[in-house]
Amino acid sequence: MARFILVRIATMLVTALCLTFIVFWLTNIGPNLEKIARSEAGSRISDAEVASWLERNGYAEPVLLRYAQWLGVAPGWTRQEADGTWRGRCLGPGETPEEAPAFCGVLQGDWGFSRVFRRDVSEVILRGLALTGALMGWVMLVMVPGALLVGIVAGMREGSRTDRVLSTGAILTTATPEYVSGVVFIAVFSSSAVGLRWFNGSATSAMDAITFQNFTLPVMTIALYGMGYIARMTRASMAEVMTSQYIRTARLKGVSFGAVVLRHALRNALIAPFTVIMLQFPWLLTGVVIVETLFNYKGFGWTLVEAAGNNDIDLLLAVSVVSVIVVLLTQLISDIGYALLNPRIRLS
Amino acid sequence: MTEPLLSIEKLSISFFTRLREIPAVMDFSVDVMPGEAVGLVGESGCGKSTVALGIMRDLGATGRITGGAIRFKGRDLVTLPEAELRRIRGREIAMIYQEPMASLNPAMRIERQLMEVPMIHEGASAAEARARALEVVRDVRLPDPERILRAYPHQLSGGQQQRIVIAMALMARPSLLILDEPTTALDVTVEAAVVELVKELGRKYGTSMLFISHNLGLILETCDRLCVMYSGEAVERGRVADVFTRMRHPYTQALFRSIPLPGADKTARPLRAIPGNFPLPHERPPGCNFGPRCDYFEQGRCDARPIPMAAIPGPERHETRCLRWAEIDWAAPPPDEGSRDPRPPGAPVLRVDDLRKYYEVASGPFGGRTTRVVKANETLSFEAREGETLAIVGESGCGKSTLAKVLLGLETATGGRVVLLNEEIQSTPVEARDPSTVGHLQMVFQNPFDTLNPSMSVGRQIIRALEVFGIGTPRDRRERMLRLLDLVKLPRAFADRKPRQLSGGQKQRVGIARAFAGDARVVVADEPVSALDVSVQAAVTDLLMDIQREKGTTLLFISHDLSIVRYLADRVLVMYLGHVVEIGSTDQVFAPPYHPYTEALLSAVPIADPRVEKTHIVLEGEIPSAMNPPPGCPFQTRCRWKHATPGMPCETEVPPLRTLAPGHQVKCHLPDDLLARMEPVIRLPEDTAA
Repeated sequence: MARFILVRIATMLVTALCLTFIVFWLTNIGPNLEKIARSEAGSRISDAEVASWLERNGYAEPVLLRYAQWLGVAPGWTRQEADGTWRGRCLGPGETPEEAPAFCGVLQGDWGFSRVFRRDVSEVILRGLALTGALMGWVMLVMVPGALLVGIVAGMREGSRTDRVLSTGAILTTATPEYVSGVVFIAVFSSSAVGLRWFNGSATSAMDAITFQNFTLPVMTIALYGMGYIARMTRASMAEVMTSQYIRTARLKGVSFGAVVLRHALRNALIAPFTVIMLQFPWLLTGVVIVETLFNYKGFGWTLVEAAGNNDIDLLLAVSVVSVIVVLLTQLISDIGYALLNPRIRLS
Repeated sequence: MTEPLLSIEKLSISFFTRLREIPAVMDFSVDVMPGEAVGLVGESGCGKSTVALGIMRDLGATGRITGGAIRFKGRDLVTLPEAELRRIRGREIAMIYQEPMASLNPAMRIERQLMEVPMIHEGASAAEARARALEVVRDVRLPDPERILRAYPHQLSGGQQQRIVIAMALMARPSLLILDEPTTALDVTVEAAVVELVKELGRKYGTSMLFISHNLGLILETCDRLCVMYSGEAVERGRVADVFTRMRHPYTQALFRSIPLPGADKTARPLRAIPGNFPLPHERPPGCNFGPRCDYFEQGRCDARPIPMAAIPGPERHETRCLRWAEIDWAAPPPDEGSRDPRPPGAPVLRVDDLRKYYEVASGPFGGRTTRVVKANETLSFEAREGETLAIVGESGCGKSTLAKVLLGLETATGGRVVLLNEEIQSTPVEARDPSTVGHLQMVFQNPFDTLNPSMSVGRQIIRALEVFGIGTPRDRRERMLRLLDLVKLPRAFADRKPRQLSGGQKQRVGIARAFAGDARVVVADEPVSALDVSVQAAVTDLLMDIQREKGTTLLFISHDLSIVRYLADRVLVMYLGHVVEIGSTDQVFAPPYHPYTEALLSAVPIADPRVEKTHIVLEGEIPSAMNPPPGCPFQTRCRWKHATPGMPCETEVPPLRTLAPGHQVKCHLPDDLLARMEPVIRLPEDTAA
């Protein structure tokens, strides 16, 4: 088991390294840097001024070297201005290279500075994650039990009227992407178009205090989409389990239908959807981009959009690292949970 | 007379599809007395399993009981409300199924599955239930019951799983046990032990049994009375002894004539297959269902109206569904099909010399550094001559399939030599063999249902084989294909059919045609008939024999069914844990002196002839894993002769292959005088009289 987890963590690190390098390289190609210079130093500066600005702010060094600096394996750049003050990656205002540490990268715990938000990246990311965490938590709380319940009820009597109604509903919700269902929900439940002003069309106030009114629509928008998918997986798995021979054995032992479903079928039927549910986490991360923007909720997804739109290099890199960790961590949990549910699988 | 425990009267069960009603069981009656074991025999699709599930009233969403009554202890199960029914299921009537692995919940420990029964039915506490579980697991003679109870089903072997299924059925001391092909998925020696156990427990608990099987030999060993089913109907009922010796229904007779009993001989007394095919449930003929395939059919009488059951005077409760039973001369010998001349074997075509195949198995799923060597084949040596049938016999895991793979080039040998027609092929994988070698050494597979491409027509698949073997020109291949269909006695019109339109036997014929497409000199037939019904087995076996006689092909017949081996093999090779433990002519292997494993194997095979006397040898324990074979003789852990003479090196040395008679070799340490004293395991009436 320990070996398995170590292998997984190593994979995670390698993936993060590759991904961040790609992001680093893309955000550091010429035109992007020029855009940064113009947005920082004024849009009307000449090409020569752009070059000197980049030179002065350490952007002119080779990409690989700068990537190493970001990682914290190469010393940060330093530079003495004409007036004798020092500038550098690791230097605070008024510091000299002797006073500041030579290395200041991710390995040293310094994630850099966000140009857009004018704050430390770690601060921005943590705030975004906290907000998105709240959203995802509620989505999972609604989506997973709901989907499993729908799937199991539909699958335990395959072909029945209940099954057909629930299955049709599940297909409908999966077939409606968030940007459609979100807009429809806002129109129906929070605008004067229909007149049902039950919920808030914006979740901005939920950043301070979550209420039923301001959070229902974003949560439902994401949850419904994923719910249909998980429900259909659960239904298929449940229907298969219900026709298996050991369920017949249980039935002919005299076990009642309810006990057959709960004691004999459930655990076996959950093995397949469990992986799907864990796969939903990274996928939710992209889902929240749309929903957070739509409902003006300033979480992780919204941060990503802002960072990408403004070529905020440090912030984008941190966002990619977080994404890699989320994806691979959920995979790890999924594999371990799978082994716990299924006694036939042992990881080592 | 006592009241029957279970009395099925004129039961009819239908399945309803969107198209039509499919009657699966019609007008079926049987009685089971307290303490009695009743057998239900028939081929697949005859409705015997449907009867079992009908008794339990578990027919799924589409099945329905359309008529009749199932009286159990005076109550009609057909009209019983669901809640009452649940109280009977598992407590009064318990069931044992065909595939033990599939019948146990994979995600539940054995103990919980067992404890559940008394907890539901008797309101027992967990501790009481567990104590009962422990007791019953001891009763089914499983070693280390505590460990078994804590295990999950996949951690047990097939035989152990079946014992657990039996234990589960016995948990509530039911008065009726329904066994649906309980041993079909098991090896013969394991089957013998399970059958022994079921009989003993039946006696111990006084349980009545309904034993469903297609194997007449098993029924003879386990049951008091039997009921033969054909196409949804009971055709003959009576005491086992009466039905086996004085059958009064043409189908029963035909069934007995199509199974290889001791004394049957492929040249002098060949088997008789039942002509024609099983009628589909919605295409049954008017009158007698068996009419179109019956030798005694009389037009205008047998197909005029439904045939009722007729009681036969004399023997107790012997009935038949035949109008002409009184007119038929039952003692008349089967119509002579003409004996065939045996063909003397020719020169050796295949020589296997000291063949070894080892697998390296990684111990962990991540390819841990420690690998273990599995010796699947160990120093195999034999020779097969032209036109000869060499049977390779052994239980699962003995290495017979590995041998087939090495011969065909699906695996390459670790050591030794395989010589086919003066060409060494042991280390040439099949991709590297030239087309004629591939064509010369072909295989007929066990399962005809999986080995044909479902989306390609039959003719196309045979032509494809011809292309692969590089035979003929594109133009005359179709003609060759049609001739191959003639060879396997299939109508030429079948060339354009898809495999799904064919029955199991017909599919296997296509498989045989494909194997012979490249003028095969050696054909490896891996259990070619074990997936087929009894009446079809005879036809396919005879077809193989006919083709062999005509073409002089060498047949390597891999099988676990010793009855059929005895019938058709010229020589027999017995394998155990990768070793050849005995090789010799069929007569030599089937008569003493035996290798102790051969002796046990012969004794384990159920024989459907009440006149045959058998010595019962039940092998204790499990077949050791090939990963971890015992030291010394591979069979020493289960050998009953091991302690016969003191000081034998059974536990330390692998025995040498000794020659007992010309062509008869045995891998055993037993001294000659002891081997000479061995008695025959199977005694025919002629033998005992002599």
